[in-house]
Amino acid sequence: MSMSGYQGKKSIPHITSDRLLIKGGRIINDDQSFYADIYLEDGLIKQIGENLIVPGAVKTIDANGRMVLPGGIDVNTYLQKPYHGTTTVDDFYQGTMAALAGGTTMIIDHVVPEPGGSLLAAFEMWHEAADKKSCCDYSLHVDITQWHEGVKEELEILVQDKGITSFQVYMAYKDVFQMTDSQLYEAFTFLKGLGAVVQVHAENGDLIAQEQNKILGMGITGPEGHALSRPEELESEAVFRAIMIGNRINCPVYITKVMSKSAADTIAQARKKGAVAFGEPLTASLGTDGTHYWSKNWSKAAAFVTSPPLSPDPTTPDHLNTLLACGDLQVTGSAHCAYSTSQKAIGKDNFTLIPEGTNGIEERMSIVWDKAVAVGKMDENQFVAVTSTNAAKIFNLYPRKGRIAVGSDADIVIWDPDKIKTMSAKMQNSALEYNIFEGMECHGAPLVVVSQGKIVFEDGKLHVLQGMGCFIPRKPFPEYVYQRIKTRNKRMEMLGVSRGMYDGPVYDVPATPKYITPSPSAKSSPAKNQPPPIRNLHQSNFSLSGAASRQLEGCNNTSKHYKHTTIIGTQVDDNIPRRSGHRIVNPPGGRSNITSLG
Amino acid sequence: MAEGKRTWDKEDDLPVYFGRPGTTDQVPRQKYGGMFCNVEGAFESKTIDFDALSVGKRSSRSSKSGSKRDISQEGRRDSEQGSIGTETGSGGLDEGDPGIQIKTAAGKEILQNLDEVESDRLLIKGGRIVNDDQSFYADIYIEDGLIKQLGDNLIVPGGVKTIEANGKMVIPGGIDIHTHLQMPYRGTTTVDDFFQGSKAALAGGTTMIVDHVIPEPGASLTEAFERWREWADEKTCCDYSLHVDITHWSDSTKQEVETLIKEKGVNSFLVYMAYKDLYQMTNSELYEIFTFLGELGAVVQVHAENGEIIAQEQVRMLEMGITGPEGHVLSRPEELEAEAVFRAITIASQTNCPLYVSKVMSKSAADIISQARKKGNVVFGEPITASLGTDGTHYWSKNWAKAAAFVTSPPLSPDPTTPDYLNSLLASGDLNVSGSAHCTFSTAQKAIGKDDFTQIPEGVNGIEERMAVIWDKAVVTGKMDENMFVAVTSTNAAKILNLYPRKGKIAVGSDSDLVIWDSDAVRTVSAKTHHSATEYNVFEGMELRGAPLVVICQGKIVLEDGTLHTTQGSGRFIACTPFPDYAYKRIKARKQMAVLRAVPRGMYDGPVSEFTPMSRGGTPAASARTSPTKQAPPIRNLHHSGFSLAGNPAHRGVPSEETPIRPAGRRIVIPPGGRSNITSLS
Repeated sequence: MSMSGYQGKKSIPHITSDRLLIKGGRIINDDQSFYADIYLEDGLIKQIGENLIVPGAVKTIDANGRMVLPGGIDVNTYLQKPYHGTTTVDDFYQGTMAALAGGTTMIIDHVVPEPGGSLLAAFEMWHEAADKKSCCDYSLHVDITQWHEGVKEELEILVQDKGITSFQVYMAYKDVFQMTDSQLYEAFTFLKGLGAVVQVHAENGDLIAQEQNKILGMGITGPEGHALSRPEELESEAVFRAIMIGNRINCPVYITKVMSKSAADTIAQARKKGAVAFGEPLTASLGTDGTHYWSKNWSKAAAFVTSPPLSPDPTTPDHLNTLLACGDLQVTGSAHCAYSTSQKAIGKDNFTLIPEGTNGIEERMSIVWDKAVAVGKMDENQFVAVTSTNAAKIFNLYPRKGRIAVGSDADIVIWDPDKIKTMSAKMQNSALEYNIFEGMECHGAPLVVVSQGKIVFEDGKLHVLQGMGCFIPRKPFPEYVYQRIKTRNKRMEMLGVSRGMYDGPVYDVPATPKYITPSPSAKSSPAKNQPPPIRNLHQSNFSLSGAASRQLEGCNNTSKHYKHTTIIGTQVDDNIPRRSGHRIVNPPGGRSNITSLG
Repeated sequence: MAEGKRTWDKEDDLPVYFGRPGTTDQVPRQKYGGMFCNVEGAFESKTIDFDALSVGKRSSRSSKSGSKRDISQEGRRDSEQGSIGTETGSGGLDEGDPGIQIKTAAGKEILQNLDEVESDRLLIKGGRIVNDDQSFYADIYIEDGLIKQLGDNLIVPGGVKTIEANGKMVIPGGIDIHTHLQMPYRGTTTVDDFFQGSKAALAGGTTMIVDHVIPEPGASLTEAFERWREWADEKTCCDYSLHVDITHWSDSTKQEVETLIKEKGVNSFLVYMAYKDLYQMTNSELYEIFTFLGELGAVVQVHAENGEIIAQEQVRMLEMGITGPEGHVLSRPEELEAEAVFRAITIASQTNCPLYVSKVMSKSAADIISQARKKGNVVFGEPITASLGTDGTHYWSKNWAKAAAFVTSPPLSPDPTTPDYLNSLLASGDLNVSGSAHCTFSTAQKAIGKDDFTQIPEGVNGIEERMAVIWDKAVVTGKMDENMFVAVTSTNAAKILNLYPRKGKIAVGSDSDLVIWDSDAVRTVSAKTHHSATEYNVFEGMELRGAPLVVICQGKIVLEDGTLHTTQGSGRFIACTPFPDYAYKRIKARKQMAVLRAVPRGMYDGPVSEFTPMSRGGTPAASARTSPTKQAPPIRNLHHSGFSLAGNPAHRGVPSEETPIRPAGRRIVIPPGGRSNITSLS
């Protein structure tokens, strides 16, 4: 690896140098790898190929056959997140520096409005904070912390004017963020209409609250209580429910923070049945496990507290990496949410008060490489897909991000698969005093990171300027997510059965029912429930059902017969006229078997 | 012990088999796979006493020529020969079939059991007794409603009515674990009251029903229970027991539930995850109920459907102008059922409580149950006659009345492969019991919902067809053997209700609820001939192989020759006791294993950052939770001492230092209800 500049500006921040030539690298995209030179100008990839004709005075990086990847995209971060009057120790500057040092050139941060507060106001606050400090490109997800009518308007503005097309809803955090199934149904319906990506924090909050009470009641107050009160079953249950609701509405579902085997398996199964569902494991769930909650060292145990918790099953990271490799899980995030030990200690006597979050923004790429590529589970192209391309596709940034192609953003990483990176709080760029991957040796690390056409990381040193990152607005209806949804929408018109009016005897329901019944009678009948062709035919002698029974060839029922003869005859006979084409209407969200969609 | 072929062969084979020389040894029952498959020959010469007794005697029974040869054996005062017994035979069901003969002693008694004292004695000769574990030939002597003797050459008093079973199967009477007879509904009741319904049950070979008590939300459970008892005591003609549905949850409900369990003989309760704003329970309530019932040893039944989503979907369907019965199934797709089953299992596993899923209607719901069972969850699934026998394509029938007849919840799946699949799971033991959810509304009652499917009263018939449907769909097709048939129609239900072996087994001391089953009879189901009062039958026109020839309930012949002889109100309430072994043995063992322990560690004595309790930026931490009252035992306040067990947290937690301190054995605390993997319990 050598670096040569015409003006000898080696190792000096090249903020002004907009032109860059990467020579002799092996370009790895998610679909193929090939050798080519890359010429960057104005923050874009201008040319790819051999023997490029480039202007003079171009800074050249000789990649010497090393891998050149699209910069990583971390789809889940919580930088500078307010908490109880303080904020996480990694602000947008510190956090994005760590990201760049790990080979990640774009982050998507979560805006967490107060429940009941304005989403727009929160978005503006985050936007402003990030614009000031972020040193890599960023975008934002907005978390819907409370569902009410007013939110809809704000969501429309966010999607249409602000370039925010992904929103997270919570199934956990009872009485704070949690939504009921009905609210989820409404939120999914609405967001689908906007073409947004619905992200779900999937844990059963009701049960967690119960379990927390129980565990605290047993006198367990340490971080192990966190894992005990949030067993992975609660995660997989919520995942299952979220996907079911998504299927009902024919709405894509994106599960953030896949932490356990059972949750991942649930996603994989649902995908096999045709559900449009995506799963995002985290650096933490891919790299370590939850046995540390039982550490004798309180601060160490507390450092691992995040939700859903890391699974105490030590085979979890392996399993998740396998699913990532085979495509059942699609993207990786870090959920980097860094609280110092003293902040974590807010919950020293009660695990439910420990602020939740782990580090991982810097380690993400290396851990995936080490756990999946270095062991042969995953090839380099899939590595690019799960660390960058799929995220770009899901969040509608592709091919601007997530690909090395002419016209794409010049976010590029030169990757050294042999470099060994030892994770340690001493070495990291995060402001934390601990690292949950402490001591882990990972194969694979970035050598050079180019962000926005500028070299921001080389020789283990960062060259960044606060606030140089740009907000990347996104458009709704990402193809990768919505193409299938649109097709299914068309195919899934539901038809009622056109049949004659029932004109037999009707039991007279007393006005005030004495006994309540299992039928959902308490539901007020909807305003628009009358099908078009209904007339009250009880008063007239004419009956449509006569026509209906005429269709039942071989069945002698006239409407009069109908009243007096048993229905038995019609049961046997009407198998004949029922045309099979009308018989089964496709339910929304598809059958459990995708093939029945056709 | 019979050859496996026996089930399929004509009875004509019998003499050949019995006449075989040197075959006095028991021949093991041949099984066709399945988890309860016995090792071939495992029972050879080591089964129960009956075998010893039967050695060499077999040919004396069951021969075609009737009982003529054995009359004088061992000085029995057998008065069969020459008696004026009524030959009921097989009534033209199957020509050439030896059928069965019922003979009364010396013509003193009348078949209709008018003479109570005398008619309490009954001898069933030459039947092949089929229990859930094995089949064998033996005679059965019944007295006082109990099985008194079992074996060959029984010594019985005189004046005994004898049924010559001629080698036909004698099985424990069926238990229909789920019925809704005489269910009140908007001022009326279902058309089958306890008399009509239990008659239909007996006609189908079911000798015990378990009905659901549905209190109005907010009303007293005990009162509702007493009301149901009154209705049932007046009218049922077979033994019955009751489940109580918990339609609302409060502290007073808790007390009532406890009374019901401890004093009233109820050991199972149904909770609803559907019927929003009516019966539906929240997850938190479910958790509390499961915990509570788990401690009292009751079986928790769930009606598993996601009520919230159903409510949303119903509104959507109606808005789209779909008002017919097809809207019912469109608004309740099977995914909603599967989701609720999954959730219920999760809650049950968290609370370490056995779970019983009533009405398994779809493949996906059944799959969830079988997956959970494979992971070690204690969960039972109950498919119903309708889901085992028919499917939901009929919702699209042009005939409104027919379509409406199928309306039940969860709905029948429109996937026509569902019945087959459920029968397979029933045969493999992944589903355990079968009910009927018999809840019959007349067409006029169904027509309440003629303009709005959400108003259609829900329920299908099936109490009479249950046994025959399973025989036809599972046993005749070779999915299931006769022993499993007994298990899923009777024995497992008895075990779950904690009535085993009183019910669900043919053994000395058990109740004499027996069915002589004719595996070859073919009957066509029709509303014209069924015993229910409804004018439709969801199985209309189905030809079912397998039917009861004789049904004996409480020691009395209630069905013979296709005729019912029942007395209104002769059924008894059977009290169930809590903690059925079948459900609770594992639960108890797990309770002992699943002790949660805190990690003994020193106090954290590092800096704690300031925080405002009323946070402005909402945080994911469950800050609303209160502090615990109890502290972990080894905690000392180390703030004032310079010594710290935790080590200085500023040292950034060096993992290598502490690994040896943490004993591996203590590292992972077993969560309640066991891990998803059962092996990790140890």
